Amino acid sequence: MIERLAAAGLVGFTRMLVGARAHWRAPMPHGQCLYYANHSSHLDTLAIWSALEPARRAATRPVAARDYWDKPGLRRYFSGRVLRAILIERRRDARDGDPLAPAIAALAAGDSLILFPEGTRTAQRLPQPFRGGLHRLAQQFPQLHVVPVWLDTLHRSMPKGARIPLPLYCTAHFGAPLERLPDESRDAFLVRARDALVALADAGSPA
Amino acid sequence: MTAQEKLIAVFGGVVGLLALATIVGRLLRRRGESAVVDNLVARVNAWWAMVAVLAVCFGLGPLANLVVFALISFFALREFITLTPTRPGDHLPLAVAFYVLVPLQYWLIWDQWYGLFAIFIPVYAFLALPALAVFAGDTTDFLERTTKIQWGVMITVYCISHAPALLMLKLRGYDGQGPLLLLYLLLVVQLSDVMQYVFGKLFGRHKLAPVVSPSKTVEGLVGGGLAAIAVGASLWWITPFSPLESAAMSALIVVCGALGGLALSAVKRSLGAKDWGRMIEGHGGMMDRMDSVCYAAPVFFHMTRWFYSG
Repeated sequence: MIERLAAAGLVGFTRMLVGARAHWRAPMPHGQCLYYANHSSHLDTLAIWSALEPARRAATRPVAARDYWDKPGLRRYFSGRVLRAILIERRRDARDGDPLAPAIAALAAGDSLILFPEGTRTAQRLPQPFRGGLHRLAQQFPQLHVVPVWLDTLHRSMPKGARIPLPLYCTAHFGAPLERLPDESRDAFLVRARDALVALADAGSPA
Repeated sequence: MTAQEKLIAVFGGVVGLLALATIVGRLLRRRGESAVVDNLVARVNAWWAMVAVLAVCFGLGPLANLVVFALISFFALREFITLTPTRPGDHLPLAVAFYVLVPLQYWLIWDQWYGLFAIFIPVYAFLALPALAVFAGDTTDFLERTTKIQWGVMITVYCISHAPALLMLKLRGYDGQGPLLLLYLLLVVQLSDVMQYVFGKLFGRHKLAPVVSPSKTVEGLVGGGLAAIAVGASLWWITPFSPLESAAMSALIVVCGALGGLALSAVKRSLGAKDWGRMIEGHGGMMDRMDSVCYAAPVFFHMTRWFYSG
């Protein structure tokens, strides 16, 4: 109950601050999804999560960095109890075992995920090359819809290093799920996934 | 009639007009669905909501008026900057524009500090915004970026703030009736837009500026403009003007509003958009509704102040 109120509050706050409107460029896929997006600000997770309609949102969990979201207090409460985030250890020395294991477990349990395949935030408009995690998850779950999501203004709302977010309107542009090609190499898949995101960016609104 | 009674009478008239528009929309819909009729109905519904907001804020008094207009400026600036390409180096001046300039400009009206209200943005903000951007050390397109921020702030904050600034004018024999003058401005501007749309749809043949604003026609501008001037002249009893002066003031508002609509439409298209935003169903964004006010408000404010100050 309290978590649901907190979730509504979080969505309201995000909408007020950055709009977070969803624009489906292709028909919404039915079933389990892996949403992947460009990563440029701390608001990215909240923006995609808020842009999804309530039923989808309830079944969707963000994959997030443990070093940012697992801080005592509000951040841990929201990431753990409200967003039900899957926290990934980014520091190699602190890892034990497969860092993607919790994400794989969540997918196996039927959850949809939000993933930022660049691994870290970038100051540029266009994403950096993708890391391998996206490919591994897609390989293990062939029925999963891998959906590109382009966040159009958040790199301007809260660029790396900025403390105060600007209240620009952000639209989350959802593209068509990636086609699954047999015998595609890891690198070719990652390049194709990034290209799909860049194509959404170039067709989108200016900025 | 007291100022209060006049306010109620004018709002009553507006509600009557909207009721009429709603009935016309229903009848048109019964004769057949079309995109134009759907848009008309959406526009009328949005007008009910906007008039309700205005009625509440006029009822609550000047502070509510200022808060609502500060929010209008904030949303308009938000739409403007969202469409304007900016770089990380613009973050500080933009944060100042949103979170400092907007509240400060409206506080100056509340404080009735006319001298600073009139020059704060054109002098101090104009000079400060590029100075704040300098510290980010990014000179790429520096002049273009600075200009766009300054332009956005001038239009959405400075120009729009002149509408509620009518509340602080001290006019001869017109004490405490500022809200009526604000209502008069809004009514004539918006009625001119609506009437131009209606006359354009009914009689429009010759496009006024096909590239800049494809829906505007010469017939719409002349017919709608004359209708708005007629209504404005007949509302002389809520203003400090005589009937003839009221017609002249309405004509001024109509001409400025039309020019504002065209100029801002050109700006919007140069930024690659068809609508400023999606905030108001059927209309587009806040700036699609306020573009005429941006031009009409400052000119109407200064003309009134120049000729009627007591």
